[in-house]
Amino acid sequence: MNASVFFLALRRMRAPLIVLIVIYAVSTLGLTLIPGIDAEGRPAPPMSFFHAFYFVSYTASTIGFGELPVAFSEAQRMWVTVVIFLSVIGWSYSIISLLSLVQDKGFQQVLLTARFVRQVRQLGEPFYILCGCGETGLLISRALDRDGLRVVGIERNEARLQELELEDFAADVLLLCADAAQPQQLLMAGLQHRSCRGVLAVTDDDAANLAVAIASRLINPRLMVVARVASPAVERNMMSFGTHYVVNHFERFADYLAQAIKSPNWYRLVDLLTGLPGQEVPERHDPPAGDWVVCGYGRFGQAVVRNLERHGVNLTVISPEAQLPIAVEHVVGHGTEAEPLRQAGIATAVGIVAASDNDTNNLSIAMTAKEVNPKLFVVLRQNRVANEVLFDAYDANFTMVPSRIVARECLALITSPLLSHFLQRVRNWPDARAAVVARQLEELCGNRVPLVWGVRLNAAEAPAVHKLLMMEQGAMALGMLRRDPAAHQDFLPLLPLLLVRAGIDHELPAAAMPLEPGDHLLFAGTRAARFAQNLTLDNRNVLDYVLTGHDAPGWLWRLLSRPAQRRQRAPR
Amino acid sequence: MNLEKVVFGFFIVLAATLNFGFFIGEIDQPRHHHVYELFAAIVVNLIATVLKFGDRTQIGAVHLSTSLVADLQLVAAACVWAIAVHVTGEGMSADVTTSVVSLSGGALFANVVSVVLLIAETVMLRR
Repeated sequence: MNASVFFLALRRMRAPLIVLIVIYAVSTLGLTLIPGIDAEGRPAPPMSFFHAFYFVSYTASTIGFGELPVAFSEAQRMWVTVVIFLSVIGWSYSIISLLSLVQDKGFQQVLLTARFVRQVRQLGEPFYILCGCGETGLLISRALDRDGLRVVGIERNEARLQELELEDFAADVLLLCADAAQPQQLLMAGLQHRSCRGVLAVTDDDAANLAVAIASRLINPRLMVVARVASPAVERNMMSFGTHYVVNHFERFADYLAQAIKSPNWYRLVDLLTGLPGQEVPERHDPPAGDWVVCGYGRFGQAVVRNLERHGVNLTVISPEAQLPIAVEHVVGHGTEAEPLRQAGIATAVGIVAASDNDTNNLSIAMTAKEVNPKLFVVLRQNRVANEVLFDAYDANFTMVPSRIVARECLALITSPLLSHFLQRVRNWPDARAAVVARQLEELCGNRVPLVWGVRLNAAEAPAVHKLLMMEQGAMALGMLRRDPAAHQDFLPLLPLLLVRAGIDHELPAAAMPLEPGDHLLFAGTRAARFAQNLTLDNRNVLDYVLTGHDAPGWLWRLLSRPAQRRQRAPR
Repeated sequence: MNLEKVVFGFFIVLAATLNFGFFIGEIDQPRHHHVYELFAAIVVNLIATVLKFGDRTQIGAVHLSTSLVADLQLVAAACVWAIAVHVTGEGMSADVTTSVVSLSGGALFANVVSVVLLIAETVMLRR
């Protein structure tokens, strides 16, 4: 047990213990002073300390053997009556104190915290600290759990924690009810633990995320820090002290929207690669090119306008503020009414972005606009997760849900750091090339979102391949990593996306490309394919089978067959 | 003035004085060492121990450990007394008295350490 819990209990039990000691002492003392009687009824000397203490012990604990060793005198009986009542009071007082201590909220919190700290300390496998276990945190912890990574969660809201505790995880998610913005709590969650891989600050409070990011950078600079922000000022602040990844969901979504208008297949590829693995492939929506209307000019509206403008999309903004520091066309009014929408040219526009910070208004904007122009492409901003039912019912072409975006970005960063690098390169691809890859992925994974993983050809991650390439100077082509270790002639449903060698990127490497030790590879495919490939990378016998198509003989078989070979050789 | 400090100091000093009262006298003379005094010393020592519970400072920890030592020695003395008088029937012979009193002497030393700590703590606070 933790020392602090023990001391707290002792401290709270001080008064009852002293009361008990005093009651025992007074009772024993009284019995040694009051004269008794012997078997014949003559006055006898009082009990000795030993007998008195013995009597008090069994009376006070309500065992009550009776008057031992001889019957009591009347004076002794009077005193024993007092002793009985005193001891009952003393014991009940102690037991009540003990019970109230156990039920005490603070004491329980101390116990829980002590258990949490112990569990974190004993964690032997790599884990991530998740600050904020709301909707975003839930999505992330589910996905990490499926990938076999442990999660230590800190959340301020107890109701959310209980929700998370009810989830069906493969490994226990360790949870602490505390404010993540306090460094002390981060330390308890294992910030300095040697198995800690990174910190994900995904609370919905920018200030808290900032505090977490700073604390993590200062206390353990080795950790990967991913933080979620909504305000550009906080984002710049975070980047300034070296937070590794900052996810601004407004900016990210606006960027995706703009890119999707320019190159729909690029967005399709991003959607496939960063989706939550194993889920149904999301429906395909290609935002059309043409005139767009943006309703609301808050943080999201600004991000959308900035990104769409950069790609030369023709824009009109509807906002109640009369003076806006923007260059694009501006209609003063509310998007929820038909008149401002008409003024903004909704009848000829191809799409509308409902970007206000009120869900009801956004739905109203979308419905009004659709009435005027039924062919509109509708992009909705969803602010609150609780309104999901409404947004599902409306079924917009595109819905921006902050928690989903943040979760996807965080997961992509954690599970395969190469992926964001790859997606950056894909930006420069022609649309047709992205289309080919997207179609290939969809076919390979049978309408499920593919899993994306990275492999480094080193002794730790790919021992068998590394040994072959390094120690035995063997040669091996990339295509071999696509072979099925169960049936040599078959191919696994996976696609190599990127090969990084000595800082040089090779996009979509060909099957004939020879591998070299230290290569960093990025694959996308099914989960089963990943496990099968892992077998090839890890196990020397499987690797031999994949390379040659024959099972290598075991040690015993080789030993047995050696005499036979020698005999064959002898006649020569 | 802090009442808690008064009570704390009172019990620690009382534990030491009672212990000393029992200890003083010819070591093998039962007449010099009254059993009631031993009883009082044990009770006051136990209370002093409980009063020291829950202090997480370094000096608090040493306080508690000296008290625990004194308790142990005094309870051992009481056990020797009870066995000699009630179990073996030997009574308070010179041998038994010597061993009871020397055990309480050990407790006295622990109690003196406790009092010294108390004084040291007070002096440190005065500065």
